[in-house]
Amino acid sequence: MNDQFEPVIIGFTCNWCSYRAADLAGTARIKYPPNIRLIRLMCSGRMDPTFVLKALAEGADGVMITGCHPGECHYLDQNYKALRRVLLLRRTIGQMGIEPGRVKLVWASAAEGVRLAQEIGHFVEEIRDMGPLNWPGRLAAAHVNGHGRDDRLMPADMMLEEVPA
Amino acid sequence: MSKNGQAPKEKPKFAMYWAAACGGCEIAVLNIGEKILDVDANFDVVFWPVAMDAKYKDVEAMPDKSILLTLFNGGIRNEENEHMAKLLRQKSQILVAFGSCANEGCIPGLANLSSMQEVFNAAYESVSTENPQHIRPQFSYQVPEGMLTIPLFYPVLRTLDQVVDVDYFMPGCPPESHQIAAVIDLVIAVLHGEAELPPKGAVIGVGDSTVCEECQRARNIKKITKLVRIHEVAEVDPDLCLLEQGILCNGPATRSGCGARCPSVGAACIGCYGPAVGVVDYGARLMTAVASVIDSTEPDEIEAILDGIPDPAGTFYRFNLAHSLLHAARPAMEEVIG
Ligand code: SF4
Ligand code: SF4
Ligand code: FES
Repeated sequence: MNDQFEPVIIGFTCNWCSYRAADLAGTARIKYPPNIRLIRLMCSGRMDPTFVLKALAEGADGVMITGCHPGECHYLDQNYKALRRVLLLRRTIGQMGIEPGRVKLVWASAAEGVRLAQEIGHFVEEIRDMGPLNWPGRLAAAHVNGHGRDDRLMPADMMLEEVPA
Repeated sequence: MSKNGQAPKEKPKFAMYWAAACGGCEIAVLNIGEKILDVDANFDVVFWPVAMDAKYKDVEAMPDKSILLTLFNGGIRNEENEHMAKLLRQKSQILVAFGSCANEGCIPGLANLSSMQEVFNAAYESVSTENPQHIRPQFSYQVPEGMLTIPLFYPVLRTLDQVVDVDYFMPGCPPESHQIAAVIDLVIAVLHGEAELPPKGAVIGVGDSTVCEECQRARNIKKITKLVRIHEVAEVDPDLCLLEQGILCNGPATRSGCGARCPSVGAACIGCYGPAVGVVDYGARLMTAVASVIDSTEPDEIEAILDGIPDPAGTFYRFNLAHSLLHAARPAMEEVIG
């Protein structure tokens, strides 16, 4: 159990329904995995893709965004904005070689503490299956191995075939 | 300018260098017309490979900080680029990251989406390349006379400020000639004690807003139900915001300074002036803007509209990938991680 990969997940919750749901889960002593670190925003519409990219670039393995159910956002329709941003962001990070499923959007009402706890649990398992993202480590390795290489060799499969004279 | 006649006796030294770049920045500097004579009148040009013959060893022999102003264009793609960046930093009082490549990686930085293997395949094996013997450059090669080496190619391109300390940032692909001329005027005015340098780290030769602010097209509340590419539009409205016509335009995220050149002639802004003031991640800002104006609340319908962006990473990070939060895609890093 000890050497099991424990994903680091950043959660952005809106201040109203979904944070209350998380709060409710807490006060009702409903257990959810400690892998998620919640950051409270006023609304899911405040979720700037920059936050998600920064989390991933700095070592998070996954990001969960939670907001009020469609039609119930306290700022009218901002959660639809969040939905469109997440759908677009998932396409872009897919091209960067990041599994789109590492970014997930969940709707939760203030009464849905149990469901939110379950969603968090599922997400942790999904990310565990995907394995560590380790973006800082990958980038550092590319810099160190690449920029400090002294073997002066091309990767083996890029080597020159003997050119006939 | 009349004051050019009284240039100081010992003229300050000027250098310009190209690393991983296309050469367009050099052309843009030459394109400032007769203003180039002011450069010659006020500066002693000591190193500028495109314009004069000088060797790297000449630069190595110069005293530290002996060059007043170096314009450095191009990203850091290989060992030689890195060596020259460090050398010119050491020899220069003022180092300017000049043009999009040095600032944010630009088009060469898009290779950060691909592995080294793919980059070399594209360069040496693509349909447009005739290479029947599959010759690839070797970083080192033994010949009877000894070992020949060429600079190592790095897996991930870096921007100038990711390698050395940079004093000023001048974006643009290339920087507009009138902006270059204005910066040169300023530096000359500083030399004559008539102006002060901007604070270190400043972005120079730009406006302080977005391309949209400079754009003359009419803007209304944007509601997009379809994203199209410009050639798919039968007739582009010459006066209406392109984004409102469903043509993806990078104006909302891009720094002003060019005078909205592209939208003014009917082409979408592709973002060559880099991030607007306060933008941390250029692509994130643009994704925010685009997602905000899509007029749908249904996931399937939203996805269908987003299908109108065939290459999101290439669109949102065309110039900025190497300076984005993620910096590179996984394949570019994977190869060396093994
Ligand atoms: S989005 Fe493009 S066309 Fe529209 S106002 Fe901005 S720069 Fe002009
Ligand atoms: S409109 Fe955009 S792409 Fe065109 S020159 Fe200006 S910043 Fe560059
Ligand atoms: S307030 Fe909860 S999503 Fe807007």
